[in-house]
Amino acid sequence: MANKTKNFVLYTILVIVGAFMLFPVLWVVSSSFKPSTELFSWPPTMIPNSLTFDHYISAFENANFGQYLFNTVVVTVVATIITLFINTMAGYALAKYRFKGSTLILVLFLSTLMIPLEALMIPMFIVLKNLGLYNTLWGIIIPPAATPTGVFLVRQYAMSLPDEMIEAAKIDGAGEWKIFVRLIIPLIKPILATLTIFSIMWRWQDYIWPLIAISDTRLYTLELALANFIGEYSVDWGPLLAMAVLTMVPLITVFLVFQRFFIQGIMMSGMKD
Amino acid sequence: MKSEKKWIPYAFLLPNMLIFAIFVGLPAIFGVVYAFTEWNGLSDPVFIGIENFVTIFTDDEFWSMLVRTMLYVIFVVPLTVMSALALAWLLTRGLKGSGFFRAVFFLPVMISFIVSGLIWNWILQTDTGLINFLLNTMNIGSVEWLSNSFFANLSVVMVTIWSRVGFFMLIFVAGLQSISPALYEAAEIDGAGPWKKFLKVTIPMLRPITLLVIILSFIEFFKTFALVVSLTGGGPINATTYYVQYTYDTAFELGNFGLGSALSLVLFVIMAIVTLVQWKVSNGGRV
Repeated sequence: MANKTKNFVLYTILVIVGAFMLFPVLWVVSSSFKPSTELFSWPPTMIPNSLTFDHYISAFENANFGQYLFNTVVVTVVATIITLFINTMAGYALAKYRFKGSTLILVLFLSTLMIPLEALMIPMFIVLKNLGLYNTLWGIIIPPAATPTGVFLVRQYAMSLPDEMIEAAKIDGAGEWKIFVRLIIPLIKPILATLTIFSIMWRWQDYIWPLIAISDTRLYTLELALANFIGEYSVDWGPLLAMAVLTMVPLITVFLVFQRFFIQGIMMSGMKD
Repeated sequence: MKSEKKWIPYAFLLPNMLIFAIFVGLPAIFGVVYAFTEWNGLSDPVFIGIENFVTIFTDDEFWSMLVRTMLYVIFVVPLTVMSALALAWLLTRGLKGSGFFRAVFFLPVMISFIVSGLIWNWILQTDTGLINFLLNTMNIGSVEWLSNSFFANLSVVMVTIWSRVGFFMLIFVAGLQSISPALYEAAEIDGAGPWKKFLKVTIPMLRPITLLVIILSFIEFFKTFALVVSLTGGGPINATTYYVQYTYDTAFELGNFGLGSALSLVLFVIMAIVTLVQWKVSNGGRV
């Protein structure tokens, strides 16, 4: 096969698959701007004949979208800060300190990687209830924060730092906490960026844990609210599509801006070293 | 390195370990205990031995749900893995615009399962959906995508692939990029064409990563829940109710926490077996 023909075939496949991936998203965006009469017109219009923001206004005014967005942002931001903080400390300790029980702790973490949250949802719910965290945003935020995945990412990265450097800082009289904050954290910035983005993605997209931790509709995250709306007998599609668009846009934006860290992080998870 | 003050590393570990112990460690122990009790979540649990497991394994409903889940996984895993590999291979041909296509293929990964299900729910509507309109223009006629049990399962398979193929594709891209070009050159010297190079170099070199992707996708898809909630709601009737939703309903909808815990334990055993098989096959390779 000549190169030109070969490339043409390859590009054709890329474009077809690309359309399959992209078109549903564009279709929903286009639909969300159609007036209700046009939303169900047959044949459907690719580009809305008349643009309207009614569904977006209705999402905020009637569907309480602002509250759900606020809850989701609070959960995502606070949880990401906590996750970064505690995972980095734990990952660094496991990477650079030799102490009694370090192997045991590592094995404990490793073995829990195998236990999915889905298999623990009932007892986690009971613990949450007994601690008085049920139906609070803290209840969504805290339990998944100690993710072993984050600890491992940091540990793997921090292992590559030379011990001599830390020893030298010690000889200069720096305390262990100061070494961690001033020396280690700047050096492991790339992995912290990856973990930040992962954490944002996990929290923004999480459904099953908030579903278990929350029953009060005022504390609903976007995912809970959307699942609730689509589960109703008569779905009000217009505002729902607008809410779906507003829910996916922030994360897609984060991805487009920080694509590099994302792709690095996922590729790292596929590489074993 | 060793610390002068013995307690320092423990102090670094403490916050993470504390949350972990309370919200993962304790529940892991409780979960096993609850599995052997009759309990509605309100009154005190009553110890009933293995009765929950007897109930589960003698329940036709459970077996049809398990078969349904397995069938879904058996379909969706190979399709996802093969598509992911094919796309990764396409993206590493050095074509112009590969970066753009990589971002496009990855885009659905950034969209949550609930929103993905919602998007396709809108497109697959029987009377007003875009897909049926396109089928009608081709004179094929409308398909009841979400209200016929066979097509509902097919829809879940398709949307699962749409949603996750980009993620596994990236892992394959990393794998393909790590194969030394020298191997391909050597194969070329031996007179291998592109197809032979793929079979004799790419496939064997990718074996460990392929295994990893199969296991990761198996574990993930076996737990499919959120996507189904917004795409089919588990219906029509129970046609797309898979394992996690079944467990969730047993505990949180029917208030049967003992039985739900037993189902969770069975889920854990299934996941553990799959993971152990992976370790065995990859000769205890590090994960």
